[in-house]
Amino acid sequence: MTRSPLPGFLIALGVLVAGLLLAFTVGRYPVALGDLLQVLIAKLTGQPSTVPPAVESVIWQVRGPRVIAAVLVGAALAVAGSAFQGLFRNPLVSPDILGASSGAALGAVFGIFLSLGVFAIQFFAFLGGLIAVAAVYVIGSSVRSRDPILVLVLTGVVIGSLLGAGVGLLKYLADPYNQLPAMTFWLLGSLAAANVSDLVPLVGPVALGTLVLIALRWRMNAMSLPEEEARALGIATGPLRVAIVAAATLTTSASVATAGIIGWVGLVVPHLARSLVGPDFARLVPASAILGGGYLLLIDTLARTMAPVEVPLGILTAVVGTPFFIWLLANVQKTWS
Amino acid sequence: MILSGHQLAIGYADRTVGENLDVALDTGEVLALLGPNGGGKTTLLKTLLGLLPPKAGDVRLDGRTLSARSIRERAQMIAYVPQTHIATFAFPVETVVLMGRSAHGNLFSRPSMHDRAVAAAVMERLGIAGLAERPYTMISGGERQMVLLARALAQEPQFIVLDEPTASLDFGNQGKVMAEIRGLAASGLGVLFTTHDPNHALRAADRAFLLRNGTRIGEGNVDDILTRERLQDLYQAPVETVVDPKTGEIAFLPGSPAVAPSP
Repeated sequence: MTRSPLPGFLIALGVLVAGLLLAFTVGRYPVALGDLLQVLIAKLTGQPSTVPPAVESVIWQVRGPRVIAAVLVGAALAVAGSAFQGLFRNPLVSPDILGASSGAALGAVFGIFLSLGVFAIQFFAFLGGLIAVAAVYVIGSSVRSRDPILVLVLTGVVIGSLLGAGVGLLKYLADPYNQLPAMTFWLLGSLAAANVSDLVPLVGPVALGTLVLIALRWRMNAMSLPEEEARALGIATGPLRVAIVAAATLTTSASVATAGIIGWVGLVVPHLARSLVGPDFARLVPASAILGGGYLLLIDTLARTMAPVEVPLGILTAVVGTPFFIWLLANVQKTWS
Repeated sequence: MILSGHQLAIGYADRTVGENLDVALDTGEVLALLGPNGGGKTTLLKTLLGLLPPKAGDVRLDGRTLSARSIRERAQMIAYVPQTHIATFAFPVETVVLMGRSAHGNLFSRPSMHDRAVAAAVMERLGIAGLAERPYTMISGGERQMVLLARALAQEPQFIVLDEPTASLDFGNQGKVMAEIRGLAASGLGVLFTTHDPNHALRAADRAFLLRNGTRIGEGNVDDILTRERLQDLYQAPVETVVDPKTGEIAFLPGSPAVAPSP
């Protein structure tokens, strides 16, 4: 049924707001809700606040960058996921399908192997993701087939496996005391190290890619039709597909470069968003962005508070995502109609 | 306005499906494309739609080569009704029909009030206005065919090309689709459709084009061209004619009689 999308959007916004409040208040140094609001109001009005400076520092310096990073990464992965699902006409694909994640992983591990700085590692991760997707795209489209989408997805799986072997090799060769733990930690995904300087390379690409995908959302419904049907509707599917893949890859690579491999968000969130606002991409893409931000923020808050030691984010998203995927696989007919 | 193919060779990169094909469709008329499976019907259809480039010859629309027109411009003039299929996503019927307005907006534009009005009008015309809010995946096959037809009409084209519009429909819906096809031609559209049933061509088409192994076997007014002999030749199989003694109308039955008439 088409219903008003408003309640769905309100729920997504509610999740985001709840995530924000929780993320700022809970943790090793609990912040009272009143203090948080006072600090926010003081910042907005420019008045000096009466809250202890330690609390202010926790809010602005410690948690602020991490919260922003979580929201951006979650939104980016979810938007990329919804775009890929429409493009590949399959509700079970995710942003890493074209090798973006595995390419970025190899790039980052390579950077760690060379003992480079944080910026260089991020740059290599970013470059790795883009090169991997470009390779998948070039190889996939040079293979002649009646079903170019299937060829593309299969090429992504094959290239991803090759890149995985490359990661394995670098881990095998790495210094087991200095480099290997860093690689492992990074591959598991985490926002623990997020600071203001991390946000700089993240914000630009994520914002650009997400905005492109949001701007193209009116055409994504028709792009989810079989290729010839979309073309008969007057859509130049070739260039549009390249634009969508490029934008989604940009956001995914930037996210992976900042936070490591965080799987499943791009699969789970678009599905949840679809149940909130329906399958129309005009609503789904923005709803995925809002819900994705809130979702990853909640999971990240869980990751840093559930145990005395921080749990890697990628492990938590996989623990939530895997059963969800199996459930989805078993119920896909039912849930899509 | 005329949509025509001249000395077409049709097919894919690795094989040619048909050659030396001339076909023309005027606005206001219905042309049925008949022939055995694998004979090139769908390939010819896609070539005329511009979805498949001709291997030789050219397709012209209103005197101009089709490939010289942008994909968007083509979609404003020719609409395609594919065989019904299950969609991946449960879009509401109205959303599906609105996709037909893609060629009238730009890349970033949301459907305008005018687009919504056009969609509402075509749904009303085809009697599916009541389905607007229903998910496309939850309606019957006959309704789905009407939705795809509505989407094509929302393109406000001069020509509509339908790929086996009666396949997988029940008897009643087959009749309904054929009546709609007549109605489209009466409102000035040129209609091209493929079918496996010569009776559907008799019912809905003005002319028929017979295609076997990529070769034209015959073309002409349905009353002249659709004869038992021609159809037996076309399908390389026995065909029977039945005649209504009152009206003189004829229909065809595939195969031989179940019980041979006694001598």
